[in-house]
Amino acid sequence: MGIIEAILLTVITAATPLVLASLGELVTERSGVLNLGVEGMMVMGAVLAFAATQATGSPYIGILAGIACGALFSLLFGFLTLTLVANQVATGLALTILGLGVSGQIGEPYVGMSGIKLQPIVIPLLADIPFLGPLLFKQDLIFYLSIALVIGVNWFLFKSRAGLKLRAIGDSHGSAHALGIHVIRTRYLAVMFGGACAGLAGAQLSLVYTPQWVENMSAGRGWIALALVVFASWRPWRLLAGGYLFGAVSISQLHAQAFGIGIPSQFLSALPYAATVIVLVLISHNRRTTLINTPASLGKPFVPDR
Amino acid sequence: MKKIILALATSAAVIGFAAAANAQDATKICFIYVGSKTDGGWTQAHDIGRQALQAEFGDKIETPFLENVPEGPDAERAIERMARSGCALVFTTSFGFMDATVKVAEKFPDVKFEHATGFKSGPNVATYNSRFYEGRYIQGLIAAKMSQKGVAGYIASFPIPEVVMGINSFVHGAQSINPDFKVKVIWANTWFDPGKEADAAKALIDQGVDILTQHTDTTAPMQVAAERGIKAFGQASDMIKAGPETQLTAIVDTWGAYYIKRTKAVLDGTWKSEQVWDGLKDGILTMAPYTNMPDDVKKLAEEAEAKIRSGELHPFTGPIKKQDGSDWLADGAVSDDGTLLGMNFYIAGVDDQLPK
Repeated sequence: MGIIEAILLTVITAATPLVLASLGELVTERSGVLNLGVEGMMVMGAVLAFAATQATGSPYIGILAGIACGALFSLLFGFLTLTLVANQVATGLALTILGLGVSGQIGEPYVGMSGIKLQPIVIPLLADIPFLGPLLFKQDLIFYLSIALVIGVNWFLFKSRAGLKLRAIGDSHGSAHALGIHVIRTRYLAVMFGGACAGLAGAQLSLVYTPQWVENMSAGRGWIALALVVFASWRPWRLLAGGYLFGAVSISQLHAQAFGIGIPSQFLSALPYAATVIVLVLISHNRRTTLINTPASLGKPFVPDR
Repeated sequence: MKKIILALATSAAVIGFAAAANAQDATKICFIYVGSKTDGGWTQAHDIGRQALQAEFGDKIETPFLENVPEGPDAERAIERMARSGCALVFTTSFGFMDATVKVAEKFPDVKFEHATGFKSGPNVATYNSRFYEGRYIQGLIAAKMSQKGVAGYIASFPIPEVVMGINSFVHGAQSINPDFKVKVIWANTWFDPGKEADAAKALIDQGVDILTQHTDTTAPMQVAAERGIKAFGQASDMIKAGPETQLTAIVDTWGAYYIKRTKAVLDGTWKSEQVWDGLKDGILTMAPYTNMPDDVKKLAEEAEAKIRSGELHPFTGPIKKQDGSDWLADGAVSDDGTLLGMNFYIAGVDDQLPK
């Protein structure tokens, strides 16, 4: 295995949770809801996925547990912000704090246990393609899901009627409501999709990335995922590119350090963030495209007039 | 809104402020942790020390603690909250709490503070530290014997004297056996991020190191080493569970005895601000069992450990040159503690550029 291949494999592992969590948030935000609780949902998914895997011995049950836990946890956010019309920013932050605390509590008996790693699924024939085969077709289920979800979400948002309605709600919930679209119901579903994706991202952390449970193991990835959504100007393909760019720069800076190229490590550590900001500036120079893609009702509460 | 408040309150409780039931006669000995008490590394070692302390004094003391306190401005608030809540003695257990500890201590002259691994003290601020570099020297010896390729990977956290000293000691130990021994260093710029630590471990192994050592807090690097089939050293706690066939040894922090000694001083009214720097001989650090190595290497490690304990061997004994080629220690000279505690240079033989 060549060094490039090794680097790319590490990049894929590092980028997958970011892509998944931010993809879920993208759908939530496209419906006009800002959920800052990604970090909390992710870490809850991680602990439940780990616990379920330990209990059953099957990481696939773990994945399901992670998804279900993320979705249920986001329902709490949905109830507070959509039904009780609480402030979305404050509730999202509370969700993160709550998730970090509760997951630590749930996870206490699992600390220090060695986990069960989700094994790769080798796709016949395709896996034999030189170079690309081992990279793309000898991966675990969660990686395949992440790519399928990007394609699926892109199709849903821009090619399907339901997606059009969801975007309409995000752009102007008043008008959508007047047209008879179920604003609250759609937003609930979007929030739960976001939670499920964050939970799946969490499961990737505790089953693939580092198969173990440690408190706070998401270590800020939920916040990076939130930033990626803005970086991608709410478009799934850009989000995939952004996630992998971030992952690639993070991993190559580690390799650059190990090679000893003599660039200060603090600078290298800041590089993924700097690169993201630079690309963000470059792609947002066209104000009109940015405005078109930004959900206009983002973060605004909606109370249907009866 | 009520729900939010409830949510915040629950989580604050869960996050770990062990609110004490304020028995009047129990003395409060408080702890500030940078990570979670179950991190499997640094903070867990402190918490085991705290439990030993509680067990020693029973009802006479209470030991509330705050977990996951970030280094920086938040730390000051957390420490102040502890001081205000009636603690007699506060242990702040991370290097980055140094300035915050000193600042809060000025406001609360009657409360006593102990800051781990720092170099700033005051009339009511003592510092305590462990001579981790003694353990790192032994690890260097083992690494040089066990590595086939003569290259070890070193996952470092931040370029503070503590960490630089560890790298120097490791390299010096290794090169006393194999003068051509190389160390590749990655600065993770974090103490705690399992994902990033694992990435760093993978990067190092992909670049051909066959021994891994870490100065970060989670078992993720040990796990990667186990998966890739190379040997590794644990950090702060015995990490043998993460790598039963992988861990050669680990530096295990055993703070309990120190915490008991200092609490006793507070109860007796004999506490003084001191700057304590204990080592292997005082039991503030111990080496996890030497495993996964041939008997001759084990013997070498045990002998070195015994010599360090008896004072016969100091890891930083000359001749040692600095990385820039200038002289540091003459033949047979031993480094003074001041230089070590402020160490901001590499010794000759370290193949890395020290971040400034």
